[in-house]
Amino acid sequence: MKTFPIGGVHPSDNKKWSCNKPIEVLELPDIVNIPLAQHIGAPATAKVAKGDKVLTGQLIAEATGFMSANIHSPISGTVTAVDMQPNGQGLRQMMITIKREGDEWMPEIDRTAEIKRQCNLDSAAIIAKIKDAGIVGMGGATFPTHVKLSIPAGCNAEYLIINGVECEPYLTSDHRTMLERGEELLIGVEILKKALNVDKAVIGVENNKPDAIASLRKIAKEKNFAVTIEPLKVQYPQGGEKQLIAAITGREVPPPPGLPIHVGAVVCNASTTVAVYEAVQKNKPLIERVVTITGKEMKEPRNLLTRMGTPISTLVEMAGGLPEGDVKVVNGGPMMGRAMVNIDSPVTKGCSGVSVYSGKEAHRVEPSACIKCAKCVAACPMALEPYLISKLAKKQMWERLEEEHITDCIECGCCQFTCPAGIALLDYVRLGKQTVMGIIRARAAANAPKK
Amino acid sequence: MANKFIVATAPHMHSPESTKSLMRDVLIALVPAFIVSAYVYGLDALRVTAIAVVSCVLVEYLIQKFLLKGATTIGNLSAVVTGVLLAFNMPANIAWWIVVVGSIVAIGVAKMTFGGLGRNPFNPALVGRVFLLIAYPAQMTSFPQPAVGEYVDALAGATPLAALKAQAVAVGDVNLLNMFAGVMPGSMGEIAAAALLAGGLYMLWRRVITWHIPVAVLGSMAAFAFVVALAQGGVSSLMYELPAFHLLAGGAMLGAIFMATDYVTSPMNPKGMIIYGIGIGLITMVIRQWGAYPEGMSFAILIMNAVAPLINKYVKPKRFGVIKNK
Amino acid sequence: MTVLVSTILTLSGLGILSAVILYFVAQKFKVEEDPRIDEVEKMLPGANCGGCGFAGCRGMADALVKQDDISSLYCPVGGAEAMKSVASYLGKVAPEKEPTVATVRCGGVCSKRPHTNEYNGSKSCAVAASFYVGETACAYGCLGYGDCVEACAFDAIKVNPETGIAEVDADKCTACGACVKACPKHIIELRKKWPKNRAVYVSCVSKDKGAVTMKACKAGCIGCGKCAKVCAFGAITVENGVAYIDSQKCKLCRKCVNECPTGAIVLKGMDPLPKEPKAPAAKPAAPAAKPAEPKKVEPKAAEVNNESDNKQK
Repeated sequence: MKTFPIGGVHPSDNKKWSCNKPIEVLELPDIVNIPLAQHIGAPATAKVAKGDKVLTGQLIAEATGFMSANIHSPISGTVTAVDMQPNGQGLRQMMITIKREGDEWMPEIDRTAEIKRQCNLDSAAIIAKIKDAGIVGMGGATFPTHVKLSIPAGCNAEYLIINGVECEPYLTSDHRTMLERGEELLIGVEILKKALNVDKAVIGVENNKPDAIASLRKIAKEKNFAVTIEPLKVQYPQGGEKQLIAAITGREVPPPPGLPIHVGAVVCNASTTVAVYEAVQKNKPLIERVVTITGKEMKEPRNLLTRMGTPISTLVEMAGGLPEGDVKVVNGGPMMGRAMVNIDSPVTKGCSGVSVYSGKEAHRVEPSACIKCAKCVAACPMALEPYLISKLAKKQMWERLEEEHITDCIECGCCQFTCPAGIALLDYVRLGKQTVMGIIRARAAANAPKK
Repeated sequence: MANKFIVATAPHMHSPESTKSLMRDVLIALVPAFIVSAYVYGLDALRVTAIAVVSCVLVEYLIQKFLLKGATTIGNLSAVVTGVLLAFNMPANIAWWIVVVGSIVAIGVAKMTFGGLGRNPFNPALVGRVFLLIAYPAQMTSFPQPAVGEYVDALAGATPLAALKAQAVAVGDVNLLNMFAGVMPGSMGEIAAAALLAGGLYMLWRRVITWHIPVAVLGSMAAFAFVVALAQGGVSSLMYELPAFHLLAGGAMLGAIFMATDYVTSPMNPKGMIIYGIGIGLITMVIRQWGAYPEGMSFAILIMNAVAPLINKYVKPKRFGVIKNK
Repeated sequence: MTVLVSTILTLSGLGILSAVILYFVAQKFKVEEDPRIDEVEKMLPGANCGGCGFAGCRGMADALVKQDDISSLYCPVGGAEAMKSVASYLGKVAPEKEPTVATVRCGGVCSKRPHTNEYNGSKSCAVAASFYVGETACAYGCLGYGDCVEACAFDAIKVNPETGIAEVDADKCTACGACVKACPKHIIELRKKWPKNRAVYVSCVSKDKGAVTMKACKAGCIGCGKCAKVCAFGAITVENGVAYIDSQKCKLCRKCVNECPTGAIVLKGMDPLPKEPKAPAAKPAAPAAKPAEPKKVEPKAAEVNNESDNKQK
């Protein structure tokens, strides 16, 4: 069975609490907060003001330039504010607040349950529709999908890879989506293949989801979809774009600024593919997504189809409320998710799950001295030396860090996970990476030809 | 709200491994070799090991508590591992005070003066052993005869390597199977190749060590011995007897599996580990073949310990996504 | 005998050969250096703190010798004295600069700025700041993990464990600016150093709106602008919801201190002005707020606030 070539760790996947829970539709929130920056790139520009009436699916913020994404209203009602609100990390960012009145949808959105396979649009029209729907990578990276599908000149797409790996422990939203919406997913693959003009499409699914693999294979066979479903050996971070491409095609994406397209691959998340189907065939913009709410101490872990902007605290209540005492509420999974201080912050396009840790689990292990066991080096999927770059970052030796290729780091957390001494390697690696990237950008700006 | 929110950056999960669990696994891996030495040398093996462990732990505790006046870290079992390895590097009939001196040198000089676990440039147990070897050569090289048999007929007290050096034995006469099982004079822990290999496999299975260093050390030793055999006798049975002899005799197994793989003093990436392992293997064989000492494993490891930082600096893992131009 | 002779000969030969090689290598790689650089370096404090903008005193000395105009170069540690002696040695004009002192502009002590969460990550302000708001609801305040303490080469800045905020020892501070660079929240500023360590400054940099600031911290500047109105010297500006006192224009008249409704303007080394008895009703409150000893302005004020807090509860 295939997997990626370098490094990796095997955290216990802890998906058992929610992987057998079918997707439920969460009741509509009364108030939503929609951040203008829900994607990588420039924040969208608000198109509504306080007092405006909006319908479900109406454009409320427009993409600012190419590297940005549209945002649509997830509910119908009145805009009550366009103001700075604290996000999950307590930092203020621009959000549109909408108070719900009923649930009135934009008329062009097809809300029937009918599955439409026939698509007569050409590549450019498909990409335009995806752009209009504001679709971004829903696995967490939130990279605008239309940018990914626009192949730069001189490059050629060979493979479409659908990321159904969901290597992040705890989370099961992609798993449930693949299981319950297999046919829509496969139509989405067909549409993406058409948009990219490729014939090879592979869905990579880790072997801990045998039911999803079997179900997708069955649908593909019965309904004649030209797609390979590739089971992958369970190993974190297989869902990392570069790791997944290496696992499936055996090709390694060159170091930054190398992109997947440079080895002929375009990777798209499974949930995103379903969203593509909805956008192209049903005219439905990205206004809701499946969010897993789970945790060892949660009474009722669930997979909830949630409108964007719903406060995360609503999901927590649906799962039976927070356990007593010390808790860590994480937007995302345990390996790359972001711990929150403000659980009233909204669900966004990149929020695939919320995992809750309590008691001892909420705390890090006590750090002790580095014993130079080299386990971090062995675990690093990018073949870096985390012990070294972490130390250099702590000492603020930025030039050395650049020489050690800190910008290759994908912040997967394998090094810190595996460190037997419990050293917070990634804390400083992340800081060093941010600083070095800043230095590189500043240098590029200074060297840019002056007009 | 009754909840206190705990906040930290990802990852929010940690592997169950800790320094202590790793050291515990190393100790478990040493158990088979300990049983063999106890079988071959009787209660003496138990006595020496106990003295070494207790004195190593005590030295570390006393230094941390009273000299450095800081927190003690004996709980992570690293001093216990050093104690066991030191004991395994001594004859079973050694005087108790020599063991204590060795422990003081190993922990006090080789480990704590550099800042404790993780900072020592040289393997503490080996520094202790080499110190004793030079300070008390007679006691350190007179080994009791195994009570259970002989690896070669009518040759008492000399280790296979010493006998070979003195040209008192021909490789062809040696009972390699007995050597493999541990029936030969030598340091307590180094005799039982089979038991050491079992321990090594356990550590590989538990992912305590990787294969790179042991394979590189043993492989390069075998290759060297093969060339020597070829040079000495041309195509003959010596071609496989001499490599096997060298891998089974002396500290080859103990050194390759347990001493060279010491985390702190070995390189940090696979490529570096292989270079380091080959260095150890070749230096060991050079000393065995042409040096004044019959055995060179300890010296070889210490020399390569000194080179390890240099290897770390210059040998880097292959960067992801870089394809070498052909 | 032959052994001895051959040994002596080989070793001497080797020695001579090495000497010759070394001589030529030294010639080839000889670096011409102005001897004055060494002299200037000796005049500098030798702290290698980087406060001048160079990696160390050597770099500074090199620049001082090589640049004709040294008005842009200044050693904050050695101060005017060191610069004067260097300038006179080199025959150049010494730059004039007023002495400054690092000032931590955050008054969000634990009692005024309640904690909302517990930070469990690496104890580094830079790490915490790159990720989230901090242990309180104020995104602008002092985090208290001591990046500035790490940066300080003079032991002049400490995080007070009781307040959770960094404090500067003005007598030890050399104004090298290392802490200013280290602080990810840009709270520390080099301000004009008055005699007897007197100072008036706004101890808050929060750009949040007044209501937001007030919710997060009772000692924050809410940008009400009362201080700017009362200032006769135009030293106070209010921008982005936070007041700033220009230490060059400030004359230490202290009128603003009494105007501030949240106590965000801090007065050090001086008595506050007596409160104007505008209304008789205000009188009983005035003596309570007025500290008896000049140096304990802040703690007293904090205590008063604590009391009122307790009453509310």
